[in-house]
Amino acid sequence: MTRPPQAAPGTKAPKDGGKASRVGETPRLPKLPDMPVRAIPRILNTRARRPTPIVPSGNVAGRALIFVIAIMTFLSCLTLGAVTLVRDTASTWQSQIAREATIQIRPEDGFDMDAALAKAAAIAEGFDGVRSAEIVDREATARLLEPWLGSGLDIDELPVPRLVVVTINERNPPDFNAMRQALTGAVEHLSLDDHRAWVDRLVSMARTTVAIGMAVLALMLAATVLTVVFATRGAMAGNAHIIEVLHFVGAEGKFIAVEFRSHFLSVGMKGAAIGGALAVLVFLLISWWTASNLATPQADQATALFGTFGIGIPGYLGVIAVVILISLLTALTTHFTVLSHLNDLDATSSG
Amino acid sequence: MIRFENVGLRYGMGPEILRDISFQLPERSFQFLTGPSGAGKTTLLRLLFMSLKPTRGLITVFGKDRTQITRAELPHLRRRIGVVFQDFRLLDHMTTWENVALPLRIRGREESGYRNDVTELLKWVGLGDRMHVLPPVLSGGEKQRAAIARALIEQPEILLADEPTGNVDPPLARRLLRLFIELNRSGTAVLIATHDLSLMNQVDARRMILSDGRLDIYD
Repeated sequence: MTRPPQAAPGTKAPKDGGKASRVGETPRLPKLPDMPVRAIPRILNTRARRPTPIVPSGNVAGRALIFVIAIMTFLSCLTLGAVTLVRDTASTWQSQIAREATIQIRPEDGFDMDAALAKAAAIAEGFDGVRSAEIVDREATARLLEPWLGSGLDIDELPVPRLVVVTINERNPPDFNAMRQALTGAVEHLSLDDHRAWVDRLVSMARTTVAIGMAVLALMLAATVLTVVFATRGAMAGNAHIIEVLHFVGAEGKFIAVEFRSHFLSVGMKGAAIGGALAVLVFLLISWWTASNLATPQADQATALFGTFGIGIPGYLGVIAVVILISLLTALTTHFTVLSHLNDLDATSSG
Repeated sequence: MIRFENVGLRYGMGPEILRDISFQLPERSFQFLTGPSGAGKTTLLRLLFMSLKPTRGLITVFGKDRTQITRAELPHLRRRIGVVFQDFRLLDHMTTWENVALPLRIRGREESGYRNDVTELLKWVGLGDRMHVLPPVLSGGEKQRAAIARALIEQPEILLADEPTGNVDPPLARRLLRLFIELNRSGTAVLIATHDLSLMNQVDARRMILSDGRLDIYD
């Protein structure tokens, strides 16, 4: 039943006898009978505009992806900023408390408190690693007690301990045991508090706080990565037909991947930049608010807890890093999604 | 140019959809592929277009064994085969002109180098005044002609058309058929998959009939 095929329909063989033009040559198409060629619009001669992108830029999935990326970047940057703030604040607390020690002298009947204070300050100043030793005078001591005992207090009428604040070189702290022995041996009723118990607690608390913050940041970044990956894949799903068309008209996988990667890198950068900029704006607003309310009780409390409420250069660099990371993540997800789709098409080809 | 020898195809562990298919598509030939719905016409076209690999038998495309063709070679060979899909597969966000120019654009060619070729081809298929409209506003016949133009723009050696007249009225179907005949006269081998008997009756051409997974050829 099977016979060699004939060369051409109807007329059995081409009548024009001309050699067919092939790939890459200028088309030599024959004139088609009865196929009306209608007027060509003038726009034809004015084609100088940029070609339409192969991947459409303004579809709903693309806009939704920008929105999702912006939100996740914003939240990631806020988390990063909060962790930076907590870390810096904890470090400041620790540093401030470790920078000082306190000499306390209890009053007794017939005890020369002023001489004892001067002697203790002099002994303390004699130790290496001590920057200064300042006696808290009567007025300052009274002010310290003012919240509990009211104003106009005469501290000589009460057995109020007196203090010497010893400022310490953090990098080269003195030998507190030797100092304690020297002070207690020379001055009666004296005790030295090097704040070690507080510092240990604060170090422990600061480390725990920063660890929790880092864990929250890691979770936030993981959530961002997963959200961006799935949102990108979702947006890509709407473009699967474009990948197939490009594949079947002979586009190489690399070309298709580059087209989609470029497009989604742009989408990722837009979303991440919006989210990062909003986060920076929030930090700047809070910083401005604390700076402009320095004298108020609320701001004082906030400043006592969080310092100046600024995330500093490392925080802003972190925001930039998050923006870059999320943009690259979007592009990489797109790249691998395209390659995966092409692999699926080729896997189908394997029957 | 394409030769099938005892080709069989099954999906997974299912039954064979195509069995012992043997034929060849010579240069400048013209043939219809027909058969009842579900007979495997589209599957056979996908084998011809290297979108599927056979589970047995030998397919030779432009002198190369299909099993030896690497993934890197596939795009270059596909450019020598034009395909008109049943559902057109035009990109809706691109104009007719851009859709037709797409195969040249993906090869990295400068637009100035092919602008006139695309325009001439669109005029040839009767879409001279529809070049700068988007596919959603084209009629079924216009989409079909745009899809044909896209398949032809690289001057393929073989044109495969899957139900090219399935969405058009009889007069337009006749015009499209004349278009394919003219194309064949210019040297391109043409294979049209259809079950439109009236269309096939208009042309004295080879008929390849698929039935129950087997192929019968009537010259």
